[in-house]
Amino acid sequence: MTESEHPQAPGTSRRRLLFGGAAVGLGAVAGVAADRTLASGTEAESSPPPPERDVTGLNGAREVEFYGAHQAGIATSVCAHATYVAIDFHDDVDRDALRRLMQLVTDDAARLTEGDGALADTEPELAVVPASLTVTFGFGPGFIERAGASVPSWMGPIPGFDIDALEDAWSDGDFLILVSSDDPVTNAHAVRMLLKDTRAFGTVRWRQDGFRRAYGSEVSGTTMRNLFGQIDGTTNPEPGTVDFDHVVWRTSGWAAGGTTLAIRRIRMDLDTWDEVDPTGRSFSVGRDITSGAPLTGSKEADVPDFEATTPSGLTVISPVSHIARSRPEASEEVIFRRGYNYDVPPHDGTVSESGLIFASFQADVSRQFVPIQKRLAEADLLNTWTTPIGSAVFAISPGCKPGEYVGQALLG
Amino acid sequence: MTTISRSRMTVRATVFAAIAALALSACASDDAAEETTAAAEPTSDHVHEVTFDEAWVKVVDEGMTAAFGELHNGTHEEIVFVSASTPVSSMVELHETTMDDGGDMMMSAKEGGFAVGEGETLTLEPGGNHIMLMDVTEPIEAGDVVTLTLTFESGDTLDVEAVAKEFSGANEEYSGDDEMSHDHGDSMDEDHSTDHSTGTDH
Ligand code: HEM
Ligand SMILES: [Cu+2]
Repeated sequence: MTESEHPQAPGTSRRRLLFGGAAVGLGAVAGVAADRTLASGTEAESSPPPPERDVTGLNGAREVEFYGAHQAGIATSVCAHATYVAIDFHDDVDRDALRRLMQLVTDDAARLTEGDGALADTEPELAVVPASLTVTFGFGPGFIERAGASVPSWMGPIPGFDIDALEDAWSDGDFLILVSSDDPVTNAHAVRMLLKDTRAFGTVRWRQDGFRRAYGSEVSGTTMRNLFGQIDGTTNPEPGTVDFDHVVWRTSGWAAGGTTLAIRRIRMDLDTWDEVDPTGRSFSVGRDITSGAPLTGSKEADVPDFEATTPSGLTVISPVSHIARSRPEASEEVIFRRGYNYDVPPHDGTVSESGLIFASFQADVSRQFVPIQKRLAEADLLNTWTTPIGSAVFAISPGCKPGEYVGQALLG
Repeated sequence: MTTISRSRMTVRATVFAAIAALALSACASDDAAEETTAAAEPTSDHVHEVTFDEAWVKVVDEGMTAAFGELHNGTHEEIVFVSASTPVSSMVELHETTMDDGGDMMMSAKEGGFAVGEGETLTLEPGGNHIMLMDVTEPIEAGDVVTLTLTFESGDTLDVEAVAKEFSGANEEYSGDDEMSHDHGDSMDEDHSTDHSTGTDH
């Protein structure tokens, strides 16, 4: 008799506990082969077939169009990996140099996102898997000044707040390159290629690598979880809607069709968060930690009721919870959040150094982002465990057509 | 926004889209022969043309550097690429790269130029065949566009725009036996890239 006919065999059930249900469908690990048989023999009759390993590599071939009215990487679907690199320009970089730079990197980005090596690419073999690669360029104040324009009031600055512990190592910068795809090898190659072509113009000021769940691990479009375990991104404008367009895109001037990007590197203290029980965790945000539903509802999509009270007369959603403090007070205070987790080597005997690369797109940083951040800095239960350690703002120019380069409206 | 891979036969319309193309139909008069292919048109449609794309030149402060790209002969007869010229270097040679007895890569002038058969593509690349700019006097900076004029045995010419890129490779020794070359024995050294990265020197 085979093992599958003896589901109670001690060895089998133990392995099932160790590997859990997710391993059942993989079938690639020799050690779980028996469990797989077991699953099909006992429970699979009524349940859907277990997920199979993707052996076709289809995802690697997926491409996101580089050209368009808007740069890719904003309204396009979110990928698993993102790298943000900020550049400081050399002193001699002028408007003409910026034009040369943007022509070079636009050409690189266009080729790489199509799955081809860049011109003079020394590892074109790494480019053949675009995996939905997008490259987005941002202009810091230094870029705009060198271009001969004045820094617009719609790109901040973000003032300092009492909660901040900002480090230069994660803040500011003249030029931003944001590379994102579903494959970390693709990202590494694209980042290196773009930086090689940026080297003549400046030096790397900071680099932040972020991640979400791997492509294919969850149903596409599932709201991400941050490393606190929270469902993060529920209340967010939906790309492709009038609402989104209104919140994100600028409508006039050289940045028409562009936007701004606020990047806040926010440290999350997982050690002290560990001390908080699920009720406290849910209370701090105003949403259930497991389902993401507002404390006044039962599903993630339910609209929070900030007026609902408990029998003792307190609001169910605390007025100092994160969602109570961050929700818009004025109609223009809406932003599009597109953040990533970070998890880097710990120091000083701790076991983790983690947080959120908070990233939000909005037409006007000063009018949309800053009021929210100001309110959160005044009061937000989440501040107990979070500390902003980096801050930067970039103007995101519109996209371009074939034959043009990104930033042409500013530099052309 | 997401699309499935498009055919690689489609010519990419990039910033540096000026894919030079030369119509070489048998009876074309010389001055009517030259044109630049519209950026978005696929090469495969231009069966009677000589095209040069993926053109780039290695950044250099002065002295020697090289230009690369893909020369495609879409005509029905063999073409011979015999010389090139550019405003940025008074002397230009066509080079091939070979391995010497000691295993070092050496480059030298290609006598008689490069013959490219019907439908074939000559790839000019670091470590291989290339267009050698022997005497650059003004810095060629990253992102600069350098114009090259390629001349064929038939007398036809083709203008090519090559973008300048920093590149650490392509440092083959030059074994020029030409007395005219005052750079005899030099390599196209790439020290400038370190200058740029620290540099406020230009
Ligand atoms: C590490 C820091 C942060 C964490 C862990 C965090 C987490 C969350 C979570 C769990 C939610 C509820 C689900 C959702 O609607 O997405 C939320 C909502 C929100 N957060 Fe944050 N957040 C952080 C920082 C910020 C910052 C810096 C801002 C803006 C300045 C911000 C603005 C918002 C907004 C606008 C909402 C939606 C509020 C609404 O329901 O209308 N968050 N955040
Ligand atoms: Cu040479």
